[in-house]
Amino acid sequence: MSNPPQRITVNLNATPVQAEAGQSVGAVLMGQGIKAWRTTRNEGKPRGLFCGIGACYDCLITIDGEPNQRACMVQASDSMNIEGDFSA
Amino acid sequence: MSKESTSPFDVAVIGAGPAGLAAAVAAAERGARVVVLDAATQPGGQFWRHRPESVEPDPEGHGHHGWKTYLDLRSRFDAAISTGVLHYLPNTQVWMIEREDAGRFVLRLTPATGTTIEVPTVRADKLVSCAGGYDRQLPLPGWELPGVMAAGGIQAFIKANGTLPGKRFVVAGTGPFLLPVAANIAAAGGKVVAVCESSSLTNWLPHMGAASGVPGKALEGAEYAAIFAKHRIRYRTRTVVTKVVGDSSATAVQIAKVDASGAIIPGSERLLEDVDIVGFGWGFTPQIELAVSLGAETRIDADGSLVCVADEKQSSTVPGLFLAGEVTGVGGAVLAVAEGYVAGASAANGEQPKTSTARQIQRHRRFASAMHQAHPVPEKWDELLTDDTLICRCEEVSHAQVTEARDVLGATDARTMKSFTRTGMGWCQGKVCGYAVSCLSAKGTTDENAQHASLTSVAKRPVATPLTLGEISTLDSREPHNL
Ligand SMILES: Cc1cc2nc3c(=O)[nH]c(=O)nc-3n(C[C@H](O)[C@H](O)[C@H](O)COP(=O)(O)OP(=O)(O)OC[C@H]3O[C@@H](n4cnc5c(N)ncnc54)[C@H](O)[C@@H]3O)c2cc1C
Ligand code: FES
Ligand code: FES
Repeated sequence: MSNPPQRITVNLNATPVQAEAGQSVGAVLMGQGIKAWRTTRNEGKPRGLFCGIGACYDCLITIDGEPNQRACMVQASDSMNIEGDFSA
Repeated sequence: MSKESTSPFDVAVIGAGPAGLAAAVAAAERGARVVVLDAATQPGGQFWRHRPESVEPDPEGHGHHGWKTYLDLRSRFDAAISTGVLHYLPNTQVWMIEREDAGRFVLRLTPATGTTIEVPTVRADKLVSCAGGYDRQLPLPGWELPGVMAAGGIQAFIKANGTLPGKRFVVAGTGPFLLPVAANIAAAGGKVVAVCESSSLTNWLPHMGAASGVPGKALEGAEYAAIFAKHRIRYRTRTVVTKVVGDSSATAVQIAKVDASGAIIPGSERLLEDVDIVGFGWGFTPQIELAVSLGAETRIDADGSLVCVADEKQSSTVPGLFLAGEVTGVGGAVLAVAEGYVAGASAANGEQPKTSTARQIQRHRRFASAMHQAHPVPEKWDELLTDDTLICRCEEVSHAQVTEARDVLGATDARTMKSFTRTGMGWCQGKVCGYAVSCLSAKGTTDENAQHASLTSVAKRPVATPLTLGEISTLDSREPHNL
């Protein structure tokens, strides 16, 4: 039985965006058409979700000021601040 | 969780997937005091991953197999929690295990997400590791592009979020697991442009004996055939993706026919355009690093994965350490549950499994072994690699660097390769590149044990999960925090 989806607002680099409650940060970003949110240290290449389950660490992102969080593991919550290189 | 009681647990279970749930329930129902540590925020593991219960409290199990088994295990799990015999610590990752003088296991814990952990250490007399696994990957040109994911990662995304990561998908690799992934994408409204299976289905014929011992599997096969027909999904056998194309993200894939060795059949290449997500799955890699760190003996399974040796009571070669599920060999959720029950009962009171259970486990093992033989990693998979294809995604080490270290410097095992090229030294600690690096390094030697040795060195990680330096430095000053 699904409850009607509850809406939350998250801030993507300080821009407020509406999302559905109960989604991972990675899913919120992919839902916005953002497929990459960081660049690699050596070659500056874009990265986003890969393994999807917390094993590969490709999806690292800054959440509420805390760097290196796994976007596939963290559930998005209301007024969360998500910061990344979205042009990646 | 009560902090008053200071006695250690009888049994600690790592993982709340099919194996871990069964182990925890079996041990708790035999009167053991049990603690369950799981990195996920709710029970189910990979197979029964579902929407957060905060938004969907009573999931109906759409797209899930064995959901009734899950509901049964879950209600017994919850019952054991409510009577206080079972303590469940979700969002908790075990990153190191030590042993005290009495042989007791000391599990060091870190939060899977966020930065605070309520209980940094638990102790238990017996340990059951049901840590499952993750998708095994093979490098290919373009696999580092955003939009390329693990096939299981797509599955997990759909199950957890109820949405799709993209619109038009290609699923590729080998094994029957590609089927449920494609089926779930289609059921969620995505377009599956193609499923590329590197093996030929006639590979199944020699193994029908083993498969027919597990009737449920044939049924599932017919079910997928119907779903594929309904959604017009092309199932291309003896076909591989030769490269992923795109500038800043995947936009197309090139596919080609292969022969039995995995060599490309000249002239068979074609481009599949307008693809935004590509999912690769070459089987699974069991997470055995914690068991290996305790000294558990390993072997190479039929799929080429390094797995831990377990006897008929699911006991490892380390006294007090029991194993169930993918860590003893990739074999699916039904087998994981059966092994979990046995492991939990053995850990609780040394119980011997019933003959019927032992037979069921054997039947499923035979099936798994037949499946692995029918879906091998193509021998010539590395012929697709170009000089600049990344082998190690984390440290951005190219194929040219790896082959040079092997052929010029003699790096014929993963450990030496790591010291020359940094493969395996990134955030994932070789989880993603370890298999490929082991294969590529071993190509430089005729030593038959090279692959086993390399995979073992990959599984020997100092810590099972990257920690901040702060966390490591606080280790010694931490109060022993018993529950
Ligand atoms: C991403 C993914 C998706 C899959 N989807 C399907 C599918 O749709 N259909 C199918 O037939 N098979 C699927 N499989 C295969 C399936 O997962 C297995 O057959 C089955 O789940 C194995 O059960 P298990 O209990 O051994 O492990 P899992 O279900 O993997 O459970 C292991 C649990 O242990 C936890 N864990 C691991 N290490 C630690 C640690 N150090 N500390 C704390 N917790 C830890 C994990 O977070 C996980 O919750 C999938 C596999 C993966 C990797
Ligand atoms: S996608 Fe691999 S850790 Fe998040
Ligand atoms: S891919 Fe090589 S260390 Fe992560």
